[in-house]
Amino acid sequence: MHPVTLTVNGARHELELEPRDLLVHVLREQLSLTGTNIGCDTSSCGACTVLLDGQSVKSCTILGVQADGAAITTIEGLATGGELHPVQQAFHDHHALQCGYCTPGMVMAAVSLIENGEAGDRDSIRSGLEGNLCRCTGYHNIVEAIAEVAGATS
Amino acid sequence: MIPASFDYEVAESVEHALALLGADPDAKVLAGGHSLVPALKLRVSRPSKLVDIGRLSDLAYVRDAGSQLAIGALTRHAAVQGDPLLQEHCPIVSSTAGKVGDPQVRHRGTIGGSLAHGDPASDLPAVILALDAELVIVGAGGERTVAAADFFTGVFQTAVGPGELLTEIRIPKLGDATGWSYLKYHRRAQDWATVGVAAIVHRDNGTATSASVALTNMGGTTLRAASVEAAVAAGSSPAEAAAHAAEGAEPASDTAASAEFRAHLARVLTERALMEALA
Repeated sequence: MHPVTLTVNGARHELELEPRDLLVHVLREQLSLTGTNIGCDTSSCGACTVLLDGQSVKSCTILGVQADGAAITTIEGLATGGELHPVQQAFHDHHALQCGYCTPGMVMAAVSLIENGEAGDRDSIRSGLEGNLCRCTGYHNIVEAIAEVAGATS
Repeated sequence: MIPASFDYEVAESVEHALALLGADPDAKVLAGGHSLVPALKLRVSRPSKLVDIGRLSDLAYVRDAGSQLAIGALTRHAAVQGDPLLQEHCPIVSSTAGKVGDPQVRHRGTIGGSLAHGDPASDLPAVILALDAELVIVGAGGERTVAAADFFTGVFQTAVGPGELLTEIRIPKLGDATGWSYLKYHRRAQDWATVGVAAIVHRDNGTATSASVALTNMGGTTLRAASVEAAVAAGSSPAEAAAHAAEGAEPASDTAASAEFRAHLARVLTERALMEALA
């Protein structure tokens, strides 16, 4: 077992992990943060996307020990003081979800895209979401929601 | 999916990493983990130990080295994609890094990890081969420099031996007279390349005087399209030269494409890449 310190949604956790424990399992099973979904489990679908030191990553493809010392933000960490994060609110306003399974990962990927300045137009948003699959194929409204928050010009 | 058990050590320095690797011939290097962790989860890779070099931040850099640029092996794809020196002097590398996987993969995956993994379907090996890059490998016996042509030795096999570490990639600066293109065909956005083509073309008044062309996923390793290069040097048009693209290649047939379709893609993409590099 390896000692690992993670700061998740602002809260510091000191954990003892097996090296093979995947970050997504640590979040869901040890910290009970089940908002992060496991979809494909093969780094394809992006349902497990979280922010690691501010950058979107697929938590099914990162060992918990690799994240030692990092700050993690999950979908549970976006809303503040009972107010939805602007991306969450825009997903609500634009009906940017159908079954909802991909939504936590879509929202986290969108937050990263917007913060990196990579959501300036709808083409950039679409290519920036290529790591996130929506099997309801509801991409149109997802792109519209992100475009509104990002102030996309086209 | 959960990997089989393994031991885990964090390398504090290159020397420490080499000592850890030297002590266990079955150990594997973990960098960004975006080739290795999926392989661990599928249990096609079952190393006894992972040596995590992910915290060696002094291996993450792009530096001006005179006629070359030096890229630290731990530079992540997103950093390569956005690097101003690469964008100015060798944009085929930054552009192709931006075509690897998807944003989440590019935030974690590293150029050194991608090359050392030796996957014939990944994009950067063809670019590195077309550029005649040099790769710096360190081991217990010191440092050696390997030409890209000698680096990729088989499917998932490279010149990086047990107990060794790829630390740096050196690429030439391309002048204004040099055009470039990397094109790939894939069925879905984030799929591996069914076939890819990297072209570096030296131009004179809109005509190609010579070209370096390397292919992705047309055999067990990335490979040079030598017949295309010879045809360009002999004055053939892009269409004439590209007709030779699959000569000598032995592409696989799999669920993504038959060998015949891969050969067709190589010819079509080579013509387009030569045209784009000349434009």
